[in-house]
Amino acid sequence: MSAGGRTRLPVLLAIWAALLAAPFWLPLIGGYTALGTRVLVLGLAAMSLNFLLGFTGVLSFGHAAWFGLGAYGAGLSLKFLAASTPLALLFGTLLGGVLGAALGALIVHRRGIYFAMVTIAFGQVFYYIAYRWNSLTGGDDGLRGFARQPIALGPWHIDILNSGLAFYYFVLFCFALAVGAMALLLRSPFGGTLLAIRENERRARFLGIPVELHVWIAFALSCLFISFAGGLYALLNNFADPNNLHYSLSGDLVIMAVMGGMRNFWGPLLGAAVFVVLQDYVSSLTTNWMSFIGLLFVLVVLFFPRGLLGVARGKSAA
Amino acid sequence: MTELLLFNVTNGLIIGAFYVLMALGLSLILNLSGVINFAHGGFLALGGYLAYTLTPHVGFWGALLLSPLLTAALGLVLERLLIRRLYGRDPLYSLLLTFGLAFIFEDGTRFVWGAQGLPVSVPAFLNQPVSNELFFITYYRLFMVAVVAVAVAALFLFLRYSRVGIRIRAGTLDLETVSTLGVNVGRLRAINFGAGIFLAGLSGVLAGGQLGLDPTMGSGLLMPSFIAIIVGGVGSLPGTLVGGLLIGVAAGVTAVFVPSASDAVMYVLMAVVLLARPRGLMGEEGLMT
Repeated sequence: MSAGGRTRLPVLLAIWAALLAAPFWLPLIGGYTALGTRVLVLGLAAMSLNFLLGFTGVLSFGHAAWFGLGAYGAGLSLKFLAASTPLALLFGTLLGGVLGAALGALIVHRRGIYFAMVTIAFGQVFYYIAYRWNSLTGGDDGLRGFARQPIALGPWHIDILNSGLAFYYFVLFCFALAVGAMALLLRSPFGGTLLAIRENERRARFLGIPVELHVWIAFALSCLFISFAGGLYALLNNFADPNNLHYSLSGDLVIMAVMGGMRNFWGPLLGAAVFVVLQDYVSSLTTNWMSFIGLLFVLVVLFFPRGLLGVARGKSAA
Repeated sequence: MTELLLFNVTNGLIIGAFYVLMALGLSLILNLSGVINFAHGGFLALGGYLAYTLTPHVGFWGALLLSPLLTAALGLVLERLLIRRLYGRDPLYSLLLTFGLAFIFEDGTRFVWGAQGLPVSVPAFLNQPVSNELFFITYYRLFMVAVVAVAVAALFLFLRYSRVGIRIRAGTLDLETVSTLGVNVGRLRAINFGAGIFLAGLSGVLAGGQLGLDPTMGSGLLMPSFIAIIVGGVGSLPGTLVGGLLIGVAAGVTAVFVPSASDAVMYVLMAVVLLARPRGLMGEEGLMT
């Protein structure tokens, strides 16, 4: 595992084998396929956020906005434009990506706490719009009345609507595309520049790197990837609601990335898996699950600030 | 029309004054310690609920003073146990920690006091309307503004003239130098944190008297406070004061013309300010970039 996010081949093979076989081993340990799909989608969201957080070193605390825009975009496209799953994903991804890029241009000069505050505050704009614009978004009740559509692939007809298994593999395929793209970007010279900015922004600037431009591109890409995940989330639930845009989801995504390990390419996926399973389990046990999630935040910060994978690595290599 | 507008401007100022109280507490902590206190809304709600519990025993006036003090005491305990460990580290961690605390606060108040709304009983004379001829405003609203004005004045005098206040202001500009000069920075940060939480508790009591209590009341007020700080300029307390009043009035005036956009107008204002003055209205170059 190098800083550039390269994972050794055997580890990589093991990860993909586990993901490919998940629908078969999940029931054995008490899970179910839809839970696996949820982990993939939120894992992709957390990895997209981590593209910015862990690999560019820019603290965005409002990424739920772009996730939710992707979800609403996909839902609105299915409901009003055309009954096509790929079109819905494309529309959702572009909606979040383009708006993210536009906002990014406005705030790219800020850093640290200031950046975090501005991203939180601006993220909430879209929450209020979704909440208030009843006629288009369904307001507080959320956007209903759409469903993901079967995919026609040449002679094959893949029924992702009724088969949870087929949908899992569809999501896994999308996940692989997005994750592959992110890995390629991080390995490219562009990705190297992002790491340089993360490690020492001032030095990067002295070397003549246009830091603002790079941060802006990284922000826009991160928004694009996370809106794609948001689109998948709307397809998963056949539903989008204002909570998909709320800053508390942003916090959940950040804790997933931190809990798994921000400096590891795959860390956020692990964090998402732990978070989703824990939330699923705790909310079935008690109505006070919010306290448990809150406690998880506190414990992670105090005892695992480098994440689960960060701890493992710290012992062997650090 | 003029009267409606005047009413809404007044109303906006009153709401704005309230945002100011909450945002100043946040701003104090942010400026000196670099911590965005997401749990501020949780402390606010706690202040309100404590007032509800205390009022039967010590009356409204006693609760008005005692409840913020108790809230601040809890704030000091949490600062000592949890938040102190995170000073000087990546702001990410204090954000996440206070974010988790906000969850625990909200769930905790719901657990102790129940999910339904509760009232804070206010002395009867404060619920009288000020005037029957002009427009409807109760004495309570004027009282709120008066309390805010006194609290803000006290805070600024404290920061301007007291030894600790001067050190806090100096620490905001250059904490390292202040520390080198022999000031106990840990204690300074604790006092500052306590003062910020006191303001949150006070906001909670005032809000409870006006709107009633509800476990989510604090999180709903968090965003306007953030915006007040950003509009006014991060790092500047007078900026926060101006920012809070400004967004209150903007929301009030918008409510006359486009009621559904009164939430959104704060964000528009923030975008405009960031475009025209990236550091906010009174933010200074080099501070908190």
